[in-house]
Amino acid sequence: MSDAGTNVVWLGSPTFPRAASAALANPQLRRNLRKATTTIRDKRLAATGELDDWEQLREAGAATKRRVLRHLDRYLLQLEESVTRAGGIVHWAADAAEANEIVAELVRATGSDEVVKVKSMATQEIGLNEALAEAGIRAYETDLAELIVQLRDDRPSHILVPAIHLGRAEIRETFVHEMAHWGRPAPEGLTDEPRALAAAARLHLREKFLRAKVAISGANFAVAETGTVGVVESEGNGRMCLTLPETLITVMGIEKVLPKWQDLEVFLQLLPRSSTGERMNPYTSTWTGTTPGDGPQTFHLVLLDNGRTATLADTTGRQALACIRCSACLNVCPVYERTGGHAYGSVYPGPIGAILTPQLVGVEHAETLPFASTLCGACYDACPVQINIPEVLTHLRAKAVAARRARRRTPSGEALAMKAATAILTSPGRLAAAQKAASLGGRAIARNGVIGPLPGPLRSWTDARDTPAPPRETFRSWWRRTRPQHPSGEQR
Amino acid sequence: MTARDTILGRIRDALVDVPADETPDDVPLPRAYHRSHADVDAPALFAERVADYRARVVEATADTARATIAELLAARSLRALVVPPGFPEDLVPDGAWRRRAEPLDVGELEAADGVLTTCAVGIAVTGTLVLDAGPGQGRRALTLLPDYHLCVVRADQIVGDVPDAIARLDPSRPLTFISGPSATSDIELDRVEGVHGPRTLEVLIVRPSQEHP
Repeated sequence: MSDAGTNVVWLGSPTFPRAASAALANPQLRRNLRKATTTIRDKRLAATGELDDWEQLREAGAATKRRVLRHLDRYLLQLEESVTRAGGIVHWAADAAEANEIVAELVRATGSDEVVKVKSMATQEIGLNEALAEAGIRAYETDLAELIVQLRDDRPSHILVPAIHLGRAEIRETFVHEMAHWGRPAPEGLTDEPRALAAAARLHLREKFLRAKVAISGANFAVAETGTVGVVESEGNGRMCLTLPETLITVMGIEKVLPKWQDLEVFLQLLPRSSTGERMNPYTSTWTGTTPGDGPQTFHLVLLDNGRTATLADTTGRQALACIRCSACLNVCPVYERTGGHAYGSVYPGPIGAILTPQLVGVEHAETLPFASTLCGACYDACPVQINIPEVLTHLRAKAVAARRARRRTPSGEALAMKAATAILTSPGRLAAAQKAASLGGRAIARNGVIGPLPGPLRSWTDARDTPAPPRETFRSWWRRTRPQHPSGEQR
Repeated sequence: MTARDTILGRIRDALVDVPADETPDDVPLPRAYHRSHADVDAPALFAERVADYRARVVEATADTARATIAELLAARSLRALVVPPGFPEDLVPDGAWRRRAEPLDVGELEAADGVLTTCAVGIAVTGTLVLDAGPGQGRRALTLLPDYHLCVVRADQIVGDVPDAIARLDPSRPLTFISGPSATSDIELDRVEGVHGPRTLEVLIVRPSQEHP
């Protein structure tokens, strides 16, 4: 599926280990990340801790998604019918290129050469803004963080707060230098106070909202039973886009469908509490087709595959499609907290990105990502729809290793080491000899009881890990020495 | 072959492990969660939770509602107040502002600095107002462009929790769930209230009068 998307993985990005090393050396980034992740983590714990049936809500959320995925074709057909009945127009896109083409054509048909956008992971995934630019259409991001990222020609680093890698001074600089190229310039004497920066964004975007003829959004859910589509947000930029323009185009991954309107009673509890750690986010908008005299009079819904059906085919990996993009897994992940989102080289960072990205694009195109984890399992505990991320990670690691093995004519160092380990661990005699050798050799190269980076083939392992020096005596020989066996064979 | 056929075909191929005779209802969906987390008087909890979002909450009875609305509006020194069609006329006070009614174009709406509405449902546990574009609420843009929103909610419109609200709402109408004023935490995770929606949200809870329960 190398054609699966232009932006699921950022072409030319270094592999995760390389990008992570660079990120770890950036103290400003690490300060921002630590503050962000710990703050949201605490808020999430408080908001979820308020509900004594949180586990039952997670169970219902997970079960709903399981039901959807196992009968996805049926629900999509039902959704198509209900949206059409309510006055919407449904389009299907097998990959990013098809989706981009459909959207560009729909915008062109309105006669408009600009669109306002609600923050949307799906449209980032397909590289829609770039595709629209090629078609001569300017796309304005209207979420504050997405606006910052767009003005800087940067990339998002978090699903919920995409500009979290930046400090206020950098954001002020960006506004002062870049806003004028995109529309209303930043006000004179702009300070770096978040309140002032948000006010500058309000003014900058206002004229765009008021004149826009076309808006593009993603969707947090779409209800098959009723044809209702919903967007969950905080700033009100979503409401602006969903209400003021004449035409609304929504791009939605096919896995976002929910069976019934009633299902929202679960997801409108799970999502805000897991995402921003609020009892409810400031604004949620739902619409069903079009409503005469209220909001856009033309509504298009683009259903996007782009690697999702390939993910669905993997019975272990398919649970990644249950993701509701809350980002709780990013905030609890010890790896994400230290490297930040850019290191993942994908629009989907963090633990969910480590399992979603390789599946959307094919594991051979993102083979270091399943290893970007300590397998500690914090993400699984935090996930509001119980995605067993560690299970999928180990499953994808096996696939990555198999893919690598298939490509090589000679076995890799890792494969040889694993083979040797098998030989040693299956024979007590060989194990004793190996332990003795390791004890002598290990203590010879250790400094202060620790084995640091080693040269040669062991380097890729030892560069990133300290190993304690082996003890003088192994446990097995100590056992034999201190517990002489009785003649009966029983131990004393 | 259309993209639709391609995608549906891929889905069916991907789901070979699902038995052909399995229906969606065969996939168990336990709903063991509570219908409501509200264990006290819903309007009181609603007032507390809305205030948590730094929205101002005021209570009145049916008898005092009009005077309270007058006070709240007067304190804003509004120039133009939007009153949507169907808003109870006996609750609209006189004031120094110009009253604006539909039809209003975007420019006129943008120029108005306040809007006075009713709502469809209030949710106590989450401190949420839900507007469904019904009488007294108007189309969605009316509560979006003016910078000040005063929302009147009757005590009997307040339900305990999200499941009760979802059951009461009609999804065929355009719905807006509002929980406090618009907000962002996009810059260093510092919360700033008031980005694009109304920067000030005030909520008036109207309980029945003592005399006429």
